[in-house]
Parts: sequence; structure tokens; C-alpha cells
Amino acid sequence: MASPRADTTSKIILGESDLHRVVDRIAHQILEKTSGATGTVLLGIPTRGVPLAQRLAARIHAFEDIDVPVGSLDITLYRDDLRLHATRALGKTELPGGGIDGRRVILVDDVLFSGRTVRAALDALNDVGRPSSVQLAVLVDRGHRQLPIRADYVGKNIPTAVSESVRVSLLEIDGLDEVKLTGSDK
Amino acid sequence: MIKHLRSAADLDLATATLILDTAGEMAALAGREVKKLPTLRGRTVVNLFYEDSTRTRISFEAAAKRLSADVINFSAKGSSVSKGESLKDTALTLQAMGADAVVIRHSASGAPHRLASWVDGSVINAGDGTHEHPTQALLDAFTMRSRLGRLAGLRVAIVGDVLHSRVARSNVLLLTTLGAHVTLVGPPTLVPRDIAAALSPATKVSYDLDSVLPDMDVVMMLRVQTERMQDSYFPSAREYSRRYGLDLARMRKLPEHAIVMHPGPMNRGMEITPEVADSSRSTIVEQVANGVSARMAVLYLLLGGKA
Repeated sequence: MASPRADTTSKIILGESDLHRVVDRIAHQILEKTSGATGTVLLGIPTRGVPLAQRLAARIHAFEDIDVPVGSLDITLYRDDLRLHATRALGKTELPGGGIDGRRVILVDDVLFSGRTVRAALDALNDVGRPSSVQLAVLVDRGHRQLPIRADYVGKNIPTAVSESVRVSLLEIDGLDEVKLTGSDK
Repeated sequence: MIKHLRSAADLDLATATLILDTAGEMAALAGREVKKLPTLRGRTVVNLFYEDSTRTRISFEAAAKRLSADVINFSAKGSSVSKGESLKDTALTLQAMGADAVVIRHSASGAPHRLASWVDGSVINAGDGTHEHPTQALLDAFTMRSRLGRLAGLRVAIVGDVLHSRVARSNVLLLTTLGAHVTLVGPPTLVPRDIAAALSPATKVSYDLDSVLPDMDVVMMLRVQTERMQDSYFPSAREYSRRYGLDLARMRKLPEHAIVMHPGPMNRGMEITPEVADSSRSTIVEQVANGVSARMAVLYLLLGGKA
């Protein structure tokens, strides 16, 4: 959580053009690693994973003229920390037309931290179908994993202290593209 | 988030909207193969039913089970209530068993309010006497929003025995909060003006169904509670259905887009004819399906977070 003084120690990690370059690179890596993204579905984890998944699909289309189905997968009802916070509002789960059975699903999220969101996403995925394989793409990996989970595509590795917080802003939601590191650096 | 749902008046616009949005997501989950969610695993929901009910009890049970809560069904018949146990002693028993939520239906208006002072868990009113039935109002509002796309500014007629109807009371309160305009319609004996005014000053009253229909987006028919017929609120069943029953001829007076609702159980041929009940404008079956989604939303929002 950001403290009121947090802004005094905030640092921009990725600016607008950096962020765009990083998204482009992940799109290229997906094309490379999945041999042309055939049989692949991108599922964004709300909130900011969803526009990221859409951007990746748009970039893949721009590079190779391939249409990759995009959807969203809300994981709120699968979280293991529901009882630690006030009730959360639900996000949208929208699977693309053909579903996910037998396909390669790439989960897309903004920040990879403890890994608990991804664990919840794997549980949620289990209830909506049976993909042939599951991969993970994140814009930022900030470390401090609490579960044996790693990402297949990482936009940027950012070494952080647990007390710091990484804030991803996206044009679609926040009105600007930026990744910021804030918090106490004691 | 609120702790109890005892009255539709517990809900402000933001909370009511959150419940309806959550119900929308829950409804989307109902279409998939695995309907069960792990969200309320380890939580206990007690259905405490002092009055007969099929759809509400089954609906709450299905909602709780889909969220993986443990469900204990209690009906007054066959329990210690028939040996004379009071509501308070039953409540203390449930408290000792560690119920996280108690869903109560009781013939006494206000029973959920009393219960809430005796148990630590959340209390959800599933119908108390002639007072309120807030989850019915939520599922009705959800059905209207799904069919018509909005609630603000909708014109809704609630027709029939308003005097004894907890469905009508909760609907007036919730719909007013959500910005809809309610008109209560029925014979003067069953639609007292002071009740309408007490619920919400904006509520209109009419005794003439035919003149009201052309302006409505929604017509909600209430069940004629035949068990109260002997109190002569109206001269005869036939006269009632001639003046306030919804048949095909009356339905045609509604605007093209308008929908017909009924909370069930219906008296076919009395307040609604079978042709109307089974027409494409009728949302009666949808209301039942939406009931599960709306109750899942309520259970999740009351029990899902930090206690």
C-alpha cells in the first residue's frame, strides 16, 4: 500500500514509449515461442490484464496479420485472501467464441508479485474448460514469489522491496501509459 | 458493505447497483459446465424457514451451494419449534453451531430484525409476514434491467393485493432507490393510500388498471392471496379478475416493449390468464433463474469479505 509520503520516493520505471516497446517485444516473443500463435487464446486478468491482452492481440495482428482470440478471466471468486479484505466487486469473465478447450491459453496480467493471482487464475481456468497448455505473460515481474509460479513472457524485471508498490497505468483505464515504483526505500 | 439484508431500505443506490452488477456476473457463470465456485468454502448458511416456501428456499439453497457454502435447512415442521421452542432459543442454537448467515422466512413481520440482535452472523430476510422480501425485489429489478436495459425512469405498475404483499413493499422501496416510478394498482380495500405514501411519497396509486397500462414499461402482477378471500376485500373472485386480472386484451394495451412479471406462485385464471403467463412478454421463468443469481450476489457480498 502506498503511504501518503509515497510520491516523494516514486520513480517512473517505464514511460509511454518504453511501455509500447515492451508490449511489442512480448507480442514478438509470443509469435516466436508459439510458432505463429496458432491455436492460441489470450485471456486478460481484470482489471489491467484485459487491455494488455487486447494490445498484444492488436500488435500480433499488426506484425503477422494473425487474429488471436482475446477474452477476460475474472479471478475474484477464486482468491485465497477474500476474508482478509472488504468484499471486492467482480470483474468480467468473457471467453472468446471458440472457447478454450484444446487451445493454448496465455494468461495476461500487469504485475507478477506473490503468484497468488495466477494460482487463482489456474483454478478459475479449470472450471471454464481444459486448455491444452497454459502460459503466462506479464508486463512487470517484481519478484517476491510465494508460490512456485513463473512467467513465460516478462516485459520488465523490476527488483523491489516488499514495502514498495508497483503501479501500472494504462491509457484505456488510467488515461496514460506508465509504470511507476513508489514506496518507502528504507 | 452492509452486514444484514433485512429490508430493501437497507440498500442505497450504490449498494443496490453493486448487487445487481454482481448478479449479472453470477448469471454469466450459470451458463458454464462447472457451476460451482469455491468462494464461500467453509462458511455455513442456515435456511431457517418458519413458513412454507418452494422457490425461495430452493433458490437460496442453490445459491449457497454454488458458492460452496455448507447449507443447513431448517423448517419449522419436524423441528423443536413444534415442541414450542421460541425464535430466540432457536437462534441461540444456530449461534452455537456457528452459522455465518441465517436466511429467515417467518410469518411475523420484523422477525429478521429481532434475529439480527441475537446472532453474530449476517441475517437475510427471505420474507417476513406482510412486511418485506428484499431478495425478491432484487431479482425483480435485475430481471427488469436485463430485459429493458435500465431502471432509472422506468414506469412500473404493481397490481393486486398490495396490502398484504411483502413483495410489493420491498419492490416499491428498491425501485424508488433505483430511480424507477412505481404506480400501485388494485381495489381501494387492498391499496391503501397511506401505505403508498409511507413507503415513498413519489408512489402513485390508481384503482383503474386499464387507464394505467398504456404508460407502463413493466406490469407486476401480485398473487391474490386466496387464504384471505373470506375477509371480503373484494366481492368475488370473478369480479376481481374482471377488473384487475391481466388477460390478452389488457396485455395489448401495454406498449410494445413492456414486460409482464409475477413473483409466483400464480393463480392462473385469477390475476393472470395462462395465455399471458406463457407469452413472450412474461418473465416469470426468467425471474426464477435470476433469483439464484441475485441471491448468489447477496451471499457473496455479505459473506465473501472480511467479517
